[in-house]
Amino acid sequence: MDNFTVGVVVFPGSNCDRDVSWALEGCLDIRTKYLWHESSDLSDVDAIVLPGGFSYGDYLRCGAIARFSPLINALDEFVKSGKRVLGICNGFQILTESGFLPGALVANKNLNFICDDVELDIVSSKGGWFNNVDEKQTIKLPIAHGEGRYHCDSDTLKKLVDNELIALRYKNNPNGSSFDIAGITNEKGNVLGLMPHPERACDETIGGTDGLFTLKSLILK
Amino acid sequence: MDQFAVKVFVRLRPSVLDPAGEATKSASIKLGAEGIKSLRIGKMIEVKIEGNGENEVRGKIDLLCQRLFANTVIEDYEYSLEKL
Repeated sequence: MDNFTVGVVVFPGSNCDRDVSWALEGCLDIRTKYLWHESSDLSDVDAIVLPGGFSYGDYLRCGAIARFSPLINALDEFVKSGKRVLGICNGFQILTESGFLPGALVANKNLNFICDDVELDIVSSKGGWFNNVDEKQTIKLPIAHGEGRYHCDSDTLKKLVDNELIALRYKNNPNGSSFDIAGITNEKGNVLGLMPHPERACDETIGGTDGLFTLKSLILK
Repeated sequence: MDQFAVKVFVRLRPSVLDPAGEATKSASIKLGAEGIKSLRIGKMIEVKIEGNGENEVRGKIDLLCQRLFANTVIEDYEYSLEKL
């Protein structure tokens, strides 16, 4: 654990990279390393965070251009090896655009950019990303997005439900997401994408610590 | 080498809600336009591209549409092609 290093990916337009790094280093004493999007060498990181922001200015679609960066190309092998990848907000959008997670994220139903705290039900503890030992648990995390409405077809939704891939659901759906979905994992559980920002909920002085568990779980094997 | 002008239209699939289209429809009605049954917003992408004949160029455009221009989870695409 001492040398465990989390790679925080920096795209042109990322703006939560430093927040993630601060939360991991300052609140959890986990070492981080910034990874420029043009790097494809992931050999010295043990887990990866794709942070929030507006990679490539959200041109074309959110996450659409980032998908073609050398780093995302190298991510396939990283994920297959079972290492953990956390995509937050724009990072979630990149994970769906690049096919690591199913579905897509589209403009909020009411067209507003929503910046608020939301209550979330932990639906599945697959991958150990959330502290959901035995009973239904609710956490509060901030969201900040204009295009966070999760969309998928009914077959995909059934697969998500049947395989317990839905990690988080909004208690009061703020953006029109299908089935109130706020976060999902891949089948193996080592990739999590979510719209809420756990890194913004890691210290009581900024409103809560419900995000700590998820960031801390990056070090799980 | 032949050169082609391609117009690609990318649209949200009918099953995907288009809130920007709904907002524009509402504004259209406020402007006084009557009879609007539906209004949906898409994208048009213009490409000039070279290739050995139409088939090769169609192959390139299909790849671009499927992998980049459209996200087929939420969008459909079609294109027209004109030899220059």
